[in-house]
Amino acid sequence: MIRHHLSDDLLTGYSAGTLPEAFSLLVATHVSLCDDCRARLASLDALGGALLETTGVQALAETALSATLARIHGTRPAPRPRPQPRGLFPEPLRALVGGDIDSVRWRPVGGGVRQAILPTSRNASLRLLQIPGGVAVPDHGHRGTELTLVLQGAFRDATDRFGPGDVEIATSDLEHTPVAESGADCICLAATDAPLRFRGLIPRLLQPFLKI
Amino acid sequence: MLQVLAKPHTVNQPPGMGLAAGKFGVRGRVTASDDNNRHADLMLRVARDADELAFAALFGHFAPRIKAFLMKSGAPAAVAEDCAQDVMATLWRKAAMFDPARASVATWIFTIARNRRIDILRRDARAEPEDLPWGPEPEPDAVDALALQQDTDRLGAALATLPQAQRELIERAYFSDQSHGEIARMTGLPLGTIKSRIRLALEKLRQTLS
Repeated sequence: MIRHHLSDDLLTGYSAGTLPEAFSLLVATHVSLCDDCRARLASLDALGGALLETTGVQALAETALSATLARIHGTRPAPRPRPQPRGLFPEPLRALVGGDIDSVRWRPVGGGVRQAILPTSRNASLRLLQIPGGVAVPDHGHRGTELTLVLQGAFRDATDRFGPGDVEIATSDLEHTPVAESGADCICLAATDAPLRFRGLIPRLLQPFLKI
Repeated sequence: MLQVLAKPHTVNQPPGMGLAAGKFGVRGRVTASDDNNRHADLMLRVARDADELAFAALFGHFAPRIKAFLMKSGAPAAVAEDCAQDVMATLWRKAAMFDPARASVATWIFTIARNRRIDILRRDARAEPEDLPWGPEPEPDAVDALALQQDTDRLGAALATLPQAQRELIERAYFSDQSHGEIARMTGLPLGTIKSRIRLALEKLRQTLS
């Protein structure tokens, strides 16, 4: 059962369409797994709909309707797509990766931890993390906000336990050392809106190249 | 359940008459709900019958609102005009994805217009959640649809009674395509205050809904 959900701020920004790409993707992935947040998102979309309905009108050119009818005339609305069988990754993540977990191109980052940076716009970064059971993610703090969504396994840090579907929202004041629970590898999707601050000179020099 | 759809109909009937009232059972006084139901029925006619008259009626109501929404988001009038047409063409193409038990037509169109706005203002790409699997029954559940439309009405009523300052904050969050940080800069209010005021506004809306 999912215990850690998205905040109202994140869902509002996602509904309004103003989040960085990396955050949108993480939100879309969580909503794919979480009926609660899907319902909250629907209520925020409804607010957008109520605003659209009541915010006023701007007249279109007299030819607008006939021009649009000409575009659709003779075509039929597309049928509903068939649901795709799902692996570990919900559709938005699978689309970005280009496949499921077996398509991920992992890179070791030390201590048995592997990561894969996913291509998104540069104002925030998105990566997959694979942490062997019992292993800690390298100690790090944040300058901005970091969202971590668990896809498989679980981790604990000083704040709580996070299992499949849970999202941890860490702000700049949280210095934490997440540890994967023993058992299966913990697979997480993490989005940050500022580079991580790793300890030591070399990681910092490499950060621009590793895009983290 | 939708046999009524097979009856002859005209497009420009007044709200509260004909199809909508027949299907969702709201009779008498003209209410926002009648409008919602009428729009939902028009959408179903587009989805099932590729009904261009139904499409034209939806166009008449929503295209000027989509254009206003896009202009309010900073799009020039000519761009907003083109994109309003794009959004309506998308409505046609994706009509089968509309489910009146999940969203009002206005809400569904908002989501299409929002995505178009992201394109034209070159904002960050926004992935969609995986769609819920569609049930085996091709027809929407009229009871769920009615409840959803009533909730939507209540949300609209709550929005109408919101103090102007709170409504403006919500409008900026949704329409102006600004992050919270930009809102704070514009209004000179600290970020924390803005965020808590937006949350307060949403909470108030949600309480009215529940």
